[in-house]
Amino acid sequence: MDRLLIRRKAVNAVMLGLTGLCALIAVGVLVFIVGYLFYSGGSSLNWNFFTKLPTPVGESGGGMANAILGSAKVLLLASLIGVPIGFLGGVYLAEFGGTTFPFVVRYMTDLLNGVPSIVIGIFAFTLIVLPQKHFSTLAGGMALGLMMIPISLRSTEEFLRAVPVSMREGAMALGATKTRAIVTVVVPAAMQGIVTGIMLNLARVAGETAPLLFTSFGNRFWSPGWGQPTATLPVMIFTYAIAPYEDWHRQAWSAGFVLLSLVFAVNVIARLALSRGGHQRR
Amino acid sequence: MATPVAELPAAPSVRRAGSFFWGLHGGDKPAFLITISCAAAIVLVTCLLVYELFVNSAVSRHKFGWDFLFSRVWDPVAGQFGALPFVYGTVVTSALALVIAVPLGVGAAIFLSELAPPRVSDTLTFLVELLAAVPSVIFGLLAVFVLVPFLKQIEPVLRSVLGWLPTFQGPFYGFSLFAAGVILAIMVLPFIISISREVLLAVPTDQREAALALGATKWESTWQVVVPFARKGITGSIFLALARALGETMAVTMVIGNDPKISASLFAPGYSIAAIIANEFTEATGDLYTSSLIELGLVLFALTILINGIARLLILTTTRRGET
Repeated sequence: MDRLLIRRKAVNAVMLGLTGLCALIAVGVLVFIVGYLFYSGGSSLNWNFFTKLPTPVGESGGGMANAILGSAKVLLLASLIGVPIGFLGGVYLAEFGGTTFPFVVRYMTDLLNGVPSIVIGIFAFTLIVLPQKHFSTLAGGMALGLMMIPISLRSTEEFLRAVPVSMREGAMALGATKTRAIVTVVVPAAMQGIVTGIMLNLARVAGETAPLLFTSFGNRFWSPGWGQPTATLPVMIFTYAIAPYEDWHRQAWSAGFVLLSLVFAVNVIARLALSRGGHQRR
Repeated sequence: MATPVAELPAAPSVRRAGSFFWGLHGGDKPAFLITISCAAAIVLVTCLLVYELFVNSAVSRHKFGWDFLFSRVWDPVAGQFGALPFVYGTVVTSALALVIAVPLGVGAAIFLSELAPPRVSDTLTFLVELLAAVPSVIFGLLAVFVLVPFLKQIEPVLRSVLGWLPTFQGPFYGFSLFAAGVILAIMVLPFIISISREVLLAVPTDQREAALALGATKWESTWQVVVPFARKGITGSIFLALARALGETMAVTMVIGNDPKISASLFAPGYSIAAIIANEFTEATGDLYTSSLIELGLVLFALTILINGIARLLILTTTRRGET
């Protein structure tokens, strides 16, 4: 009996220790990734990276100024497409709604959210690149915008639902119409959550590479306007990492460092804001 | 004395007469129409996506029929296209990722939900969720320059431990199915951890207390009571991770070796569906080539939608939070 108890206690200690080890490994991987990127990316980062164009192969130096601007343009377009549609759709689900149609909308949104990013890329390709017969910033923005829709819809809906019914009733009791109550009371109350949700969403698509490969493609030079192929940071990292040049690898690390810093900064700020705001949800 | 009741409705009607805006039920009608059309746009876009994939893969579907899925020849020059090597590579790397990530992830989730003090648990979960925010191309970068050289270095160890298995034979190239599986495991780990933790936290405290009161050790109560209670949700998180792994493109493309062969050994290079689309789509010449690649996209789409559906169903039945 005593032997059995000792065995059970030993199993208890060993297994619990193992779960701790698992957690340690998971967090260790993260620390390693960040540490390694800071070490290799930070050390080779310089001012040229932000101001210069890529140099021809074999010539060292140069930067990714065009890719940084290209990423910004693509993301701007993406938010212009993804945020309004997602936001208004979220308002519909949370405030108006019905029985059958909201179910269809939610189902389709989940479906769209589960589509692999490379397939979204094919979709944007057949929709815009194929008829236009050339790659463009527009197509890239469209692809990322499509990816933003499901999450902005779901986070908007979630934060609107978290607003107490009493606030809506209060507004209506004062004579406001439903729309007026939504615009002046409900949405402002949920605004912080919605904005952070959008920031997180933007940070997520900022690192997407696959949908941009054959929509915005790439460009060694500046890309004026919206109708030409453009370089973007994630695609640059990909092309530079698989190329056989030492100097390109160095720059890929710098680009990875910049991209990850941006993504992490947005994530940390957004999550802190959310936990401060008293919401339990993301 | 019914005057207040009688007067109240009069006020809006005065305003209503004043402007066009108020004529539309105080703006409720247009607001409803605008928001519902945005919601409808999402439905439309999703349907359009399926339609486009279907229509644009027509050439290849008509030429190869169902054979497309079972042919192992991929020869753009001869105009022969088959999906089997890519389906194989996708499934094998994802399976390997799960074999590594599931024990680690569930273990870590148990630690975070059952053992760690709330403060520590929240901090660690925060860090793990940050890991989920790392873009896949950065995982790819690390995989190429850190993971592959590392795997090459520990190859003798791997061989002595796993060498008796038929799946670890032949020369090790570094860029291989194995490397792709390992990087995928790291990428899906955060999803398994954060969802499993949530599901475990949703298990009622009574369950734990009852087991402990019966004299179970902490581990026994966790493993025999809490985990079985949350089994469905944990399975859901695993399916969700699987869907992610199947559709993952960049990191896999960078390390899988890009060789459309079916080899039993995980040490050999392979190819995945997402990787071949990423690599060859812009270079594809001719309708048949492009449409074959789009049909591969259709296959991948169908695969992930199926797995995602199962995942959501499983998670929805255990927690109130089905979306992720």
